[in-house]
Amino acid sequence: MNKLINYRILGISLLAVSLLVPVYVNSVHAQKVSINGAGATFPFPLIDTWRTEYQKVNPDVNLNYASIGSGGGIKQFTEKTVDFGASDAPLSETEFQKAGSAVHIPETLGSVVLAYNIPEVTTPLKLTGPVIADIFLGKITKWDDPKIKELNPDVTLPSENIVTVHRSDGSGTTYVFTDYLSKVSPEWNQTVGKGKSVQWPVGIGAPGNEGVAASIQGTPNTIGYVELAYALTTQMNFAAVQNQEGNFITPSVNSTMAAVSAETSTLPSGSESWSNVTITDPPGPDSYPISSFSYLLLYKDLSTNPTIDEQKAKAITEFVEWAVTDGQQFAESLGYVPLPQSVVDVNEATLKSLTFNGNPILTN
Amino acid sequence: MPPKDSKITHAELVKKLDLQSRKSFIGDKFFKGLVIGASVYTLCMVALVFFALADGSVPIFMKEGINFVIGTDWNAVEGRESFGALPYIIGTLVSSTIAMAIAVPISIGIAIFITEMMKNKLGTILSFIVELLAAVPSIIYGLWGLFVFRFWIRDYIEEPLHNTLGDFSLFAQAPFGLDVFTAGIILAIMIIPIITAVSREVIKAIPHSQKEAAYALGATRWEMIKTAILPSSKTGLMGATFLGLGRAIGETMLVTLVIGNAIGLAAIPTSLFSQSQTLSSIIANEFNEASNDLHLSALIGLGLVLFVITIFINVAAIYIISKVSKSYSNLRE
Repeated sequence: MNKLINYRILGISLLAVSLLVPVYVNSVHAQKVSINGAGATFPFPLIDTWRTEYQKVNPDVNLNYASIGSGGGIKQFTEKTVDFGASDAPLSETEFQKAGSAVHIPETLGSVVLAYNIPEVTTPLKLTGPVIADIFLGKITKWDDPKIKELNPDVTLPSENIVTVHRSDGSGTTYVFTDYLSKVSPEWNQTVGKGKSVQWPVGIGAPGNEGVAASIQGTPNTIGYVELAYALTTQMNFAAVQNQEGNFITPSVNSTMAAVSAETSTLPSGSESWSNVTITDPPGPDSYPISSFSYLLLYKDLSTNPTIDEQKAKAITEFVEWAVTDGQQFAESLGYVPLPQSVVDVNEATLKSLTFNGNPILTN
Repeated sequence: MPPKDSKITHAELVKKLDLQSRKSFIGDKFFKGLVIGASVYTLCMVALVFFALADGSVPIFMKEGINFVIGTDWNAVEGRESFGALPYIIGTLVSSTIAMAIAVPISIGIAIFITEMMKNKLGTILSFIVELLAAVPSIIYGLWGLFVFRFWIRDYIEEPLHNTLGDFSLFAQAPFGLDVFTAGIILAIMIIPIITAVSREVIKAIPHSQKEAAYALGATRWEMIKTAILPSSKTGLMGATFLGLGRAIGETMLVTLVIGNAIGLAAIPTSLFSQSQTLSSIIANEFNEASNDLHLSALIGLGLVLFVITIFINVAAIYIISKVSKSYSNLRE
């Protein structure tokens, strides 16, 4: 009997403690704000760095980011289950209509490089857009095709079959690459088009940057496309691509920034539709032609999402402002291309236009 | 000897028994309800899966109709949407057929070896190892296939086949190592432990009297296996085979890593060394980034097709097993 009473006392005190603990925790961390985001996998390492770095700037803000893919990010953003979305491609016209009043905030940049494995070739290959399109259409099948030879007169190319490798999973990288090919090759535009996953006429599909890289590195006479950051860290050989002005440009942080700066004047304001924004095939003598933005998505009026209150709206906006300005210093060491000042200016204007229940959020 | 409590009256005995039977009656009822609940749960899950798949694939069947099943085009580009599942149905069937062709003889061989020829410690160790292999996650097989094994297959199996028999269309394509053949082999490696484990139990269950009868008639070991073991375990071995087939058909990440993931018309294999794609691998590849409603619906539609194929195979398996066991029992009579 004594035992029974003991258990009862224990039970009651446990209950009491369990009721009191949340109260205590709440009173201590009353000002803590959690910002939840979801979307593209490409910017994940950068956003994750921001998560830890922003803790130092503003310890009361917790950032959670789920890298579930751009498609999932757009979906969750539209369904208002996250505070912000992230996507490698801008919202298409239909997605933009569905989301209501979304704003695009370019938060970082990426380039797509053509990585190849030809053991005989040591100097970087030079390629033009139409030649790349013909290779991936299956029209140029040998490495010593006259069209490739003509661009690389000093290189001895093997008479071997070209094996192309592409991403099998839906990806922003594929979107950027096919967007570029659609611009430079009318035939590509007609037969394949641009998208996150397209109907490849030939070639091997491999999942992820890692899959493509593994397929290329293990097999001679292959060519595929991967993210610049990934090619740099894995030390693959990649081609210089001819830009609009006829120069062959090696992909790098600088040539990507040059491409973006050349296109800034054509960007719409943050609250307009960005569905047609591409920075592939840009003007400028030093621009690398296959680059793109990665975007954060917010509602123009943050109260559109009923789970966001005024305090949270302020926290989100301040975080994004930090990310596109001070946060850019972490980009380059992680292999990302920092935003040029001109794009930061566009973002600042967008962020200043954000409202909560009609009132501007950023006051300064 | 009369029972000790023989003083108990008849009426008392009836009362006691009745009470007990009523008690056990309640227990029976409870247990019956429990197991019925469990089976209803299974049925409900299957029905819900089917309903979810059917509901999600309505838009794609509205647009494509029967073309969704027999079409070969797969275009998710906005404004050009067109979806046909045929290449992936073929890719699924071809890769699992290759896997079964390799896995079934090897698995049954291992099972017979363990149960009949190595009844000592070595057999125990071997069956332990087989069970260990069954626990390896399929993604491990897939990554090993992508980074290591495909080069062996390409250099030591595919290249020689291509060089000597390249005139036949089956071996005509220049091998790359990521194709239906590689996918089939690695799938086989994955399902061998499962088929082996089940087959071993089936063969173990055969009564000793049968084997001894065969030996008594002067059968050699091979004749004993042929006349006593294989016929009476046919049903069970068939069951083991279909269990393996089920895994091979539904396997996703392993296949995605090694099959080459061709798309549309290019995904219909024209030779053993062709790149292809299975129903589950294209779902895994494209589902994450499919934000377009029709594209999503098409991928769910592929799930429905896979569901129907799996049901069809299971029904066929039940039919074959019932036929085989009938013919066997006829034989015995």
